Amino acid sequence: MQELGKAETNSTRIIRQDDKRVIIEKDLDTEYMVLSMGPQHPSTHGVLRLECITDGEVVVEAEPYLGYLHRCFEKYCEKVDYPAIVPYTDRMDYLAGMNSELAYCITVEKLLDIEIPRRVEFIRVIVSELNRIASHLVAIGTYAIDLGAFTPFLFCFRDREHIMSLLEWISGARMLYNYIWIGGLAYDVPADFKTRVAEFVTYFRPKAKELYQLLTENEIFVKRTYDIGIMPADVAINYGWSGPMLRGSGVKWDLRRNDPYSVYPELDFDVPVPDGKFSVVGDCLSRHLVRALEMEESLKIIEQCLDKMPEEPNFNSRALIPKKIRPKAGEVYGRAENPRGELGYYIVSDGKSTSPLRCKARSSCFVNLSAMKDLSKGQLIPDLVAIIGSIDIVLGEVDR
Amino acid sequence: MEEAANQMSPAVQQSKAAYDNIKERFGDAISEFDANPTMPFFEVLDVSRWVDIALYMRDNSLLQFNYLACLSGVDYPEEQKLGIVCNFECIGKYTHKIAVKVKCPRDGGSIPSVSCVWHTANWHEREAYDMYGMVFEGHPDLRRILCPEDWTGFPLRKDYQVQETYHGIKVPY
Repeated sequence: MQELGKAETNSTRIIRQDDKRVIIEKDLDTEYMVLSMGPQHPSTHGVLRLECITDGEVVVEAEPYLGYLHRCFEKYCEKVDYPAIVPYTDRMDYLAGMNSELAYCITVEKLLDIEIPRRVEFIRVIVSELNRIASHLVAIGTYAIDLGAFTPFLFCFRDREHIMSLLEWISGARMLYNYIWIGGLAYDVPADFKTRVAEFVTYFRPKAKELYQLLTENEIFVKRTYDIGIMPADVAINYGWSGPMLRGSGVKWDLRRNDPYSVYPELDFDVPVPDGKFSVVGDCLSRHLVRALEMEESLKIIEQCLDKMPEEPNFNSRALIPKKIRPKAGEVYGRAENPRGELGYYIVSDGKSTSPLRCKARSSCFVNLSAMKDLSKGQLIPDLVAIIGSIDIVLGEVDR
Repeated sequence: MEEAANQMSPAVQQSKAAYDNIKERFGDAISEFDANPTMPFFEVLDVSRWVDIALYMRDNSLLQFNYLACLSGVDYPEEQKLGIVCNFECIGKYTHKIAVKVKCPRDGGSIPSVSCVWHTANWHEREAYDMYGMVFEGHPDLRRILCPEDWTGFPLRKDYQVQETYHGIKVPY
């Protein structure tokens, strides 16, 4: 901690005019203090460091420092073959590995211009929606912990465990799957996969409702998040926000609908957007609400996929995978809707090499986090924790 | 020419229409349209007008490219250039998309910053600077973002040589 000298009296002090918030003492001299939050702070969900300049309890400015988990993913990509990048994508957003793999694979497939078997498409959608639920459960559970509620976290992790064991059963790994491959899948699903997923859907639906009643409608939780960290829709777009963050600001934008990929155009689901009755549009509660409601939509998608998935005995999920993946010269920007927003890959191929010339990962939480400096201005420190939690960052993806 | 236009997919045709609008306003400052089926793009030839073009793209009522999806730095060693590739699209009224390339010389080159036009460009440009070392003129806070501040060299350049030691730690393994 270091002293920054006196804050100017009257002129630069943050004084809240509305009755709802704290009003700082007017005639006392205060001093700015630098408070370093993280990299080991539990509410930063990993290794994010926030350098907060505080005036008493009020944050004057919070500057995020990243890179503690930087592994230079993009440099690796230029050294290894296209299929060998898939395991690395798992390690970026380790809470939603399937979604990261899907985004990468559809991007390369765009460049290769190949057909994917329908059964593979449906399996991909099922596993990535399962992973989306798991990821939202972590987001909601840890958000509750940030705000002082421990029980919802245990509820979330109990249910997430079912998804983890389902995905472990089909891919062999709990978090870093390497299951979705370019042009196909590592393995076909086991014989009674459909029954077990259907069982999970029946099991989880009431649990999601229970979680909603336990946390989202909890008065203390609502008071901690209502009207905190408001982001207007146009600013959110200007900041490049995507996913639940952007939808929390009231913009109905979901890549599964607006830039459809895989079999999403055939499926019927809603894009939940807060209507401003339960929360103020754009506040932390709205963002949490979008995640809570999205889990139900994912269940709907999974059910429809289970119905529509074609049964093919002795199906070889690797049959159509090209022997040597060497796309023709060109460049592509492909993306998919991840639990945290738009995960995009910009890939350049020179047509000769089996590894990309350039592979840039456009990370959704990296972009969402960039608004932190503006969002935190004039907030109380406990509200700052609520705001970071609502962004739902995974530092593996922020730092790559 | 019309035959070529007929072969384009609807998405590329939309990008072409947006391009024509920009071309009409800026003429020789931008290159010809590249109807790449996976990512249609054009290049900014007069780099000093990049911010004007950006503002026009964002504010023109027929374009409204209010969403900068991605900004990637790229190294072009054979041209002795560095560059950025920006992927734009419109959230709201239109569904069109377009990509823009801006290039600068490899040694001591600079590109005007568009972080005043799209806030999201702030961190993307810092990342491009961190990895490639091109300077963004007018950027409010051009520092390294992912690498440590005292790191030497720009890791994603094709001719990058990793430093031997960093604070007494051996770097290459």
